[in-house]
Amino acid sequence: MIFNSKFRKLSTLLKVQYSNMLEYRVEIALWAISGIIPFFMLNIWTNNNLNESINYSNTMLSRYFLSAFFVRQFSVVWVVFTFEEDALLGKISPYLIQPLNPFFRYLAQHLAEQVTRFPFALIIAFFFFVLNPGSVWLPNINILFLSFISTFLSFLIQFLIQSVIACLCFWTEKASSIEKLLFIPTLFLSGLLAPVSSFPEYVKAWIYITPFPYLIDFPANLLSGNQANISGGLFMQIIWILILYPLFRKIWKEGTKKYTAMGS
Amino acid sequence: MNIKKYLKVYSNFLYTSLASELEYKTNILIDLITAVLSLVGSIFLLSIFFQNTKSVGGWEFEQALIIQGIYTVLNGITNTWFNPNLTEIVKYIREGTLDFVLLKPIDSQFYISLKKIAPSGFLEILLGFSLLLYSIKLNDININLIFLIICLTTILSSIFILYSLWFLISTTTIWFVKTWNATEVLRSFLYIGRFPLNSFSFSIRIFFSIFIPIAFITSIPSELILGLAPMWKILLEIFVSGIFLIVSRRFWIYALRFYSSASS
Repeated sequence: MIFNSKFRKLSTLLKVQYSNMLEYRVEIALWAISGIIPFFMLNIWTNNNLNESINYSNTMLSRYFLSAFFVRQFSVVWVVFTFEEDALLGKISPYLIQPLNPFFRYLAQHLAEQVTRFPFALIIAFFFFVLNPGSVWLPNINILFLSFISTFLSFLIQFLIQSVIACLCFWTEKASSIEKLLFIPTLFLSGLLAPVSSFPEYVKAWIYITPFPYLIDFPANLLSGNQANISGGLFMQIIWILILYPLFRKIWKEGTKKYTAMGS
Repeated sequence: MNIKKYLKVYSNFLYTSLASELEYKTNILIDLITAVLSLVGSIFLLSIFFQNTKSVGGWEFEQALIIQGIYTVLNGITNTWFNPNLTEIVKYIREGTLDFVLLKPIDSQFYISLKKIAPSGFLEILLGFSLLLYSIKLNDININLIFLIICLTTILSSIFILYSLWFLISTTTIWFVKTWNATEVLRSFLYIGRFPLNSFSFSIRIFFSIFIPIAFITSIPSELILGLAPMWKILLEIFVSGIFLIVSRRFWIYALRFYSSASS
């Protein structure tokens, strides 16, 4: 019963946010374009034959980077920026009275934005295939399903991390700079710019216990048909969610106690 | 008299924006760490490219470090001046406060481009120059007067090109109101400025030399500093930066004719 009503609230939020996001089609298209950095990286790798030394053929590497592009498109999180603005302007006060954690609203925003983004990502993929006809592939339905799951888990991990940071707004007001700090290791270690298997040994020794390789590298390897430890990867993703969720609950509880409404 | 007036106004800008930025002291500290990590990450990525080869696109690792240095300096300048100011344009136009700027007895482009300052970018500029000096030493380049003049001219030209690019895109706000994501696209394109342009394939090189002149922002200055490029390229660079400055100025004046304020 309780679950049912929560589900109804969430689905209504989703519908509202989706029509909201459709208003910003151009914005979202531009945002999708700004995610093409993996393709520049692919160009460096293959144009200089750097991939030979890391056992990725040209085709497999281009599939990897296309998948990395896709995973990134559907795991972009910006909750901390929205929350910071809402907190500074006192907008979250009315949300706090509502019988649903405001973060569900942000979650719905993100999901709706991903749905809006999907066609643009497909168009970019289409152009990629036109320019790189050799890399066309179709993963089988099981792999597709598993990649979908792991991409969603990657999104959840990032969403939880950012939500924890966002809650720091209750103490510091400007939490987005912490997010910018955390974005740096995410950028360089997640596999968006180079597959994790190409990293030097002294990094590989510890990186797999951090959440970073499971954000992009693991789902992208899975989707592109490269070598991936499916059960191990999913397991680590779930572990990180299990670590982050209680942390978020706790910091949210502490933070709302501390909250003093600002603005009107 | 005129220059004196502008200098005086600028020192007041500096004073007020520094005062308001220093309100968030922890933020500045976090931004400093971010700048350091970001440089470490870039060099890490570069070292991955070079781990099994001596040259990428005809550039050796020590030479590519010069590009990193220039990129870091320019990124610092972007974060100190361009980003905080030019993202404000959106606000001016959406809220109609551009009216107040236009009514002031000083040049509107001057006001909009230099009003704010984000001090945390200073460290990045400093880091960039240190890396630049270090890699100049690494490459055994003789420092003499002519070399210093070349260095200064070429870096100044890249700053002007970069500024013009940012300003051109921000100006389009007058028509489209929300260009926040368009600057994100520019940002992601600028990202390839971290790498020697020669390491990309022919079509990308052409695109980033002619349409978005990233070649002129980092690669050509580095070639000039290394003494790899013929001297006429410095004239070309001055010419390109002049064109860009004039075009961005003209475009701003042209765009203002379409500004119709916002209802308050």
